[in-house]
Amino acid sequence: MTGALEAALRTRRDRGGKCLVPYLTGGLGEDWLETIQAASIAGADAVEIGVPFSDPVMDGPTIQLANDKALASGVTPQLILDRLRGADIGVPTAVMTYGNIAYRMGYQRFASSLADGGVSGCILPDIPLEEVGPWAEAADAAGVETVLLAAPTSPDERLVSIARRSRGFVYGVGLLGITGVRDQLADSARVIAARLKEVTDRPVLVGVGVGTPEQAVEVCEVADGAVVGSAMVQRMLDGGGPEGVAELVGEFRSALDQRF
Amino acid sequence: MSAEYPNVATWNAATPNAATWNAAAPNVATWNAAAPSAVASNAVAPNGGAQPGFMADPSAEGRFGEFGGMYVPETLVPACQELDRAFRSAWADPTFRAELTDLLTHYAGRPSPITGCDNLSEELGCTVLLKREDLNHTGSHKINNVLGQALLARRMGKTRLVAETGAGQHGVATATAAALFDMECIVYMGTVDIGRQELNVFRMKLLGSEVRAAKSGSQTLKDAVNEAMRHWVSAVESTHYCLGSVMGPHPYPWMVREFNRVIGDEAAQQCAGLLDGGTPDVVVACVGGGSNAAGIFSGFADTDAELVGVEPAGGAAVGRAVPGIVHGSRSYLMQDEWGQVLEAQSISAGLDYPGIGPEHANLAATGRARYEPVTDAEVVEAFQLLARTEGIITALESAHALAWIVRAQDELAGKTVLLNLSGRGDKDVAQMMDVLG
Ligand SMILES: Cc1ncc(COP(=O)(O)O)c(C=O)c1O
Repeated sequence: MTGALEAALRTRRDRGGKCLVPYLTGGLGEDWLETIQAASIAGADAVEIGVPFSDPVMDGPTIQLANDKALASGVTPQLILDRLRGADIGVPTAVMTYGNIAYRMGYQRFASSLADGGVSGCILPDIPLEEVGPWAEAADAAGVETVLLAAPTSPDERLVSIARRSRGFVYGVGLLGITGVRDQLADSARVIAARLKEVTDRPVLVGVGVGTPEQAVEVCEVADGAVVGSAMVQRMLDGGGPEGVAELVGEFRSALDQRF
Repeated sequence: MSAEYPNVATWNAATPNAATWNAAAPNVATWNAAAPSAVASNAVAPNGGAQPGFMADPSAEGRFGEFGGMYVPETLVPACQELDRAFRSAWADPTFRAELTDLLTHYAGRPSPITGCDNLSEELGCTVLLKREDLNHTGSHKINNVLGQALLARRMGKTRLVAETGAGQHGVATATAAALFDMECIVYMGTVDIGRQELNVFRMKLLGSEVRAAKSGSQTLKDAVNEAMRHWVSAVESTHYCLGSVMGPHPYPWMVREFNRVIGDEAAQQCAGLLDGGTPDVVVACVGGGSNAAGIFSGFADTDAELVGVEPAGGAAVGRAVPGIVHGSRSYLMQDEWGQVLEAQSISAGLDYPGIGPEHANLAATGRARYEPVTDAEVVEAFQLLARTEGIITALESAHALAWIVRAQDELAGKTVLLNLSGRGDKDVAQMMDVLG
């Protein structure tokens, strides 16, 4: 059965468009929920909501800072999920956090909390294919789509297994490195997209190192869509608020819509 | 293919390991019993390989009982798998073994002696033996692991090393190996530790390494590990991550133990000589990530010696016994109710870590080893005691093990206690000048 996240992305793709998924840090500032809603209205196909973790090894300075600020303000995973419950976002959401947040709460409880909060998908970047079994079982049971990452270093046969186990979409990591805005799109971004498109019919989105509308357009020449994290979070950190983030989402949206 | 990259089904097949692990539990009774064990200390295979019983090799998925695993971002999974294959092949290769042994002997100065401590023993009422890892080149046990990993990195065609360090001992050892093998080396160190371990920072630079400050979070060892892992994610093709303890994703906890088991293998033989074929009653070592403890424990795991790991009270991961996932493995972890990792607090930079290696978690869970906390004040006392009674200035890390002996002296009366003196204290003298005024 196709979940809400995958369905939304497929719909966009089937209409010939490209998927835009901004990443926004949950609990960062008073207006984080309004910011997510604004991103949705401005043209996001889905929103990734970061649940802050103390030791985010896949994240660069921008998202680390956002995590630290949110944690310092006392935010907890439960507070974020409580506020999401019943909130009208308008598009499907996926939570992105690290394994220990889910593990500590208990995989089943975490999965059902996501489902209760109306969250469609979940991304745990430090729980790779080999370790995902117990989590994926709990997520499947709760109807939560587990999105897996595929990296430039993943061999071909591994991409097949990753794409098969992934739900919602397959997250192609655009470069060898951690999250953060770069001057240029790495060549590896289009390469991972092409390699994934070879082996799966699931939507293929590329994230990590996609920081400008131009870079999003470039990667979407091959990929079905882009995940944009640090650039969005930087806007939140700069005090852009819902309007500022919506404006940025709008720039990405229109760049993609013009080209495709 | 599915064997190499297991899908969910194969993963589930791994669960019965829990049964194997449980099956080991009855042994606890055997070694706990005062009756002499059938296994003599020197029966432990001196050259590693698969040993039966406690401290055996982990499962193919890198698990010790329910702990361990490979919890890393996808980017690093192929690198960890490649490292696992390379280590297995090297460790089974007599040429690699001979090369490492040659380095350990002629470069690092092994074997390290065991020193009997008459003055200290008299003061404490038990026989204290010190395994003198402080006498190794670079001043601690860390060189054992680093020489092994640097040789392996070269064998794998890697040209750069990245490492984390707390006290700076692992950083200095890595910088040393990098100089010897003409490799580029970057060491991440928390800003707080850079402040309290100035001497080692200078040594690393002198050896030609770049020291980068880890400025996030608690600015200590945990954050240095985060930064080193982030660096590795970005440079995985050319760079080997030279992890400094029995932690991190598989194969590190196992590989770092194997590179340190030379401590235990030597000590078992030395003790057999000193104790008329016998083994010490108690083997004690300090535990940060747990590499020096794993090294010495591995020589005695299948004897009836009691194994004691000593944690700083402010960094007692086993003491709190809450499992968690961070830095690549599932183990005991200091964390809050939501899974945010807590900052450890310790006078010693090398033990200032909120986690512990997964094999130690398993040794604790099975009851084969126990883990005791000591306070900073007790450590400062022990540091001075060893200097005064035996003329040995110990590392603050190793002073934790002695602090436990002092505290437990009633329980230890008349017993023979082998203490792994993991490092020397030169690096800590400046800090102790401040502490002691
Ligand atoms: C002398 C010494 N002992 C012990 C440790 C702790 O490490 P481990 O628990 O891996 O032996 C360190 C770490 O820096 C050290 O320098």
